[in-house]
Amino acid sequence: MTVVVRTIARVLLPLSLVFGGYVVMHGHLTPGGGFQGGAVAASGLAMVVVAFGADRLAKKKGLLSVLESLGGVAFAALGFLGLGLTFFANVLAKTGGLFGNPVPYGPNPGDLNTAGTLPLMNWAVGFKVLAGLGAVVLLFALFGGEHDR
Amino acid sequence: MNRWLAIAAFCLAGGFLIFGATTLRPFGEPKRTEMDDYFNRFSQPEVAANNAVTAIVFDYRGYDTLGEATVLFTAVTGVALVLRRLKK
Repeated sequence: MTVVVRTIARVLLPLSLVFGGYVVMHGHLTPGGGFQGGAVAASGLAMVVVAFGADRLAKKKGLLSVLESLGGVAFAALGFLGLGLTFFANVLAKTGGLFGNPVPYGPNPGDLNTAGTLPLMNWAVGFKVLAGLGAVVLLFALFGGEHDR
Repeated sequence: MNRWLAIAAFCLAGGFLIFGATTLRPFGEPKRTEMDDYFNRFSQPEVAANNAVTAIVFDYRGYDTLGEATVLFTAVTGVALVLRRLKK
């Protein structure tokens, strides 16, 4: 791609990654969550693929697949964490510890340290979606765009 | 001939959709609201999450989300399988 596209991609990549991380991190407070934030971050990855060519990221395929599997395993493990009660029981909520603050009913300013296992699951799903969508885009680009970049 | 067949199929499917749209309930007035009221009332005190959608997706219906994650995993696996490079 031209230098204009490359420069804009350089500027926008950190922005999109940070915004995706923000959406994932505040998934239990504001609209959004793991899937949405991961998709936002993956769009930044897709922009890199378009601007710089897929060969630049070809070495990262293994990292993406490891990240995808790790996200899935972490999500399932967080589900098994509540197996003493039921599968996917929220064992961390309202215990006072990690993410354990209670939330009153009604409008409130919001507290990041709430919602129990939900933020952890958000991060797991966020990394999973980021790596999954990124791997799909990268594989498509590596397959199709070998000669005409 | 094929073209007319396609147009007829399109009109049939579109007609079904339009017929379905005419019999929709008005927006925001569901017939039974017990479950909606429950989620609205208890998602904050029970799950301690301000975002009721996240509370439903990851807590009340976490099993559903596990299936969704599996679907994504299967999609990525399928793409990696179909688009792999055979040995050069």
